Amino acid sequence: MSILIDSETKVVVQGITGSEGTFHTQQMLSYGTKVVAGVTPGKGGQTHEGVGVYNTVAEAVRQTGANSSAIFVPPAFAADAIMEAAGGGVKVIVCISEGIPTLDMVKVATFIEGKDVVLIGPNCPGVISPGKAKVGIMPGNIHREGKVGVISRSGTLTYEAVAQLTEEGLGESTCIGLGGDPIIGTRFIDGLKMFQADDQTEGVVLIGEIGGSDEETAAGFIKQEFSKPVVAFIAGQTAPPGKRMGHAGAIIAGGKGTAREKVEALQASGVTVVDSPADIGKAMKKVLAS
Amino acid sequence: MGREAVGGSELDKDSKRAMKIHEYQAKELFGKYGIAVPRGRCVARKEAAGEAAREIGGRVVVKAQVHAGGRGKAGGIKLAETPAEAELRAGEIIGMTLVSHQTGSEGKLVRKVLIEEAVEVEQELYLGMVVDRDHARVALIASEEGGMEIEVVAAESPEKILQVGVDPRVGLQTFQARQVVFGLHLPQELIREGAKLVSNLYKLFMGTDASLVEINPLVITKEGKLLAADAKINFDDNALGRHADIVELRDIDEEEPTEVEASKYDLNYVKLDGEVGCMVNGAGLAMATMDIIKLHGSMPANFLDVGGAASAERVEQAFRILLSDKKVKAVLINIFGGIVRCDRVATGVVEAARNLEIKVPIVVRLAGTNSELAADILNESGLTFTVAKDLDDAARKAVAAVKTGSKMNAV
Repeated sequence: MSILIDSETKVVVQGITGSEGTFHTQQMLSYGTKVVAGVTPGKGGQTHEGVGVYNTVAEAVRQTGANSSAIFVPPAFAADAIMEAAGGGVKVIVCISEGIPTLDMVKVATFIEGKDVVLIGPNCPGVISPGKAKVGIMPGNIHREGKVGVISRSGTLTYEAVAQLTEEGLGESTCIGLGGDPIIGTRFIDGLKMFQADDQTEGVVLIGEIGGSDEETAAGFIKQEFSKPVVAFIAGQTAPPGKRMGHAGAIIAGGKGTAREKVEALQASGVTVVDSPADIGKAMKKVLAS
Repeated sequence: MGREAVGGSELDKDSKRAMKIHEYQAKELFGKYGIAVPRGRCVARKEAAGEAAREIGGRVVVKAQVHAGGRGKAGGIKLAETPAEAELRAGEIIGMTLVSHQTGSEGKLVRKVLIEEAVEVEQELYLGMVVDRDHARVALIASEEGGMEIEVVAAESPEKILQVGVDPRVGLQTFQARQVVFGLHLPQELIREGAKLVSNLYKLFMGTDASLVEINPLVITKEGKLLAADAKINFDDNALGRHADIVELRDIDEEEPTEVEASKYDLNYVKLDGEVGCMVNGAGLAMATMDIIKLHGSMPANFLDVGGAASAERVEQAFRILLSDKKVKAVLINIFGGIVRCDRVATGVVEAARNLEIKVPIVVRLAGTNSELAADILNESGLTFTVAKDLDDAARKAVAAVKTGSKMNAV
């Protein structure tokens, strides 16, 4: 089944005529993704990479039935692009753009609250359901359709984990790169809920990083409600205690965020946490066999 | 939320991208936004310190201006009764290397001091503002326990911390500002002024795209005035594009020189203390590579993310920067090509090795897009690289290279 995207997904690429948008539109098309429309304000009516370009997302959705968006617009305009997608009728919004001001994302989070949309990112590699579709920038060829869901805050470290799962012959159902910004749309707990309901997914690999408390929140959810085996790795165990620590942020976070706290929280929830990022695939094979 | 703070790590993604300014600059900004601060002047010479003290009149405080906390304990803040003494104290502080828990053992050279009127303090409070990432909104934090580290207050007596979240649709409301000042138990005659200060702080936060603002302490003086005795502002680097005036406040002298150099090439570099120099694409994989080096018995010399466009030139610059650290005994290159093509990285590695006459062993692991082509380029270069088959192999080989001290690279 996979989650978020599949072979029926119709993608509109926002910022399709830019260099990133152009390159990744080609890549997504060659992976077999149905890219049905592009949006670049002022370039409506053109055709780019064989895809029709529209001035607005709403028009693209009306004309093509696009239900997912991939955003490649420059960071200064990306928050606006996310809101346009959310207001234009798209259900899954994947924002690749890096460098969006945090206060812009505060607005975005408020705007999409209560709307029937899922935002992935920003500053993320996107989503792929191997063999079906990719909406993002990950290398398609390292993936293979299979049974493990992958959810990660990292980019290339996700590729590392995916390559190991493919190597072990397990394959992946859907891989989600959540993105590394302070304010993101989908978090671990949201992805886990979707994987819980997905028949194709037999186990989940969770890749976290130091900072924030999303891993701890996920651990709580796993303990209470998640029934499938989870293998996790937390990057940043050697990162030194910060001379650049801020102050007030720690208060709201309740002092969480170190690698050790995250590892302990996950272990206490029955998650298999690997010490080495090279052991993710092997560990998943082992827990699925037991 | 507050990712810059909570990880306690400078590798945490927000913190490495949060521009800082000096206290005196923050206080000038406070002034512009109508937040009262003690009278003061920033000087770089001790002679000017005496003059500034005369102008201010009475007792003054001489405060070292560096981008780090813990200045008082480190001897960077001193009281002076007379202009002559202010000059003397300024002479002691300017040029000193200030070492506090936030500077690292190498400390920071003090180049400037703020000469400020010494206020008679009746009470010290805390007021801060930050982005609460869990709730995706700006939040005010206040406490009656001013003047001490707020994390300590939060850990030991969380009931003394007051938090107010701001709904972005309507912004900070007057009742919320009142909630803060009544929560701080300000005396009746300061309620109106306090609420105004809270609302001005919010305007400053939003108007400058700050990521953190702190007044610690916010003082009530013996004369019953409300003053920001200290000021700290960090800015969201992603928003600097729309704040040219803030960018001008950047003080390059306060930043690690190698990190400044790295940022010119869009490389993300943080110097650490180990022996294995690391060159990796992507922050998560870079941290994971550091972790696996430790697991195999050595320590990383740095964090270095060459980013998504690891061109030959960028790879060469990356080499230059990481080899400027003399502790590096081996280099580990770990690239997982996606959009980045491994053959281009390999070409960069070969060129850099030729141009820079690298004397330490280099272990290379290239996976993903065009990795076979990359292996050919390395093998045919005539240089000696240790090629690793996967991440684990790469870490083992790099650690072994450090331990044996072998000179595998024949350049």
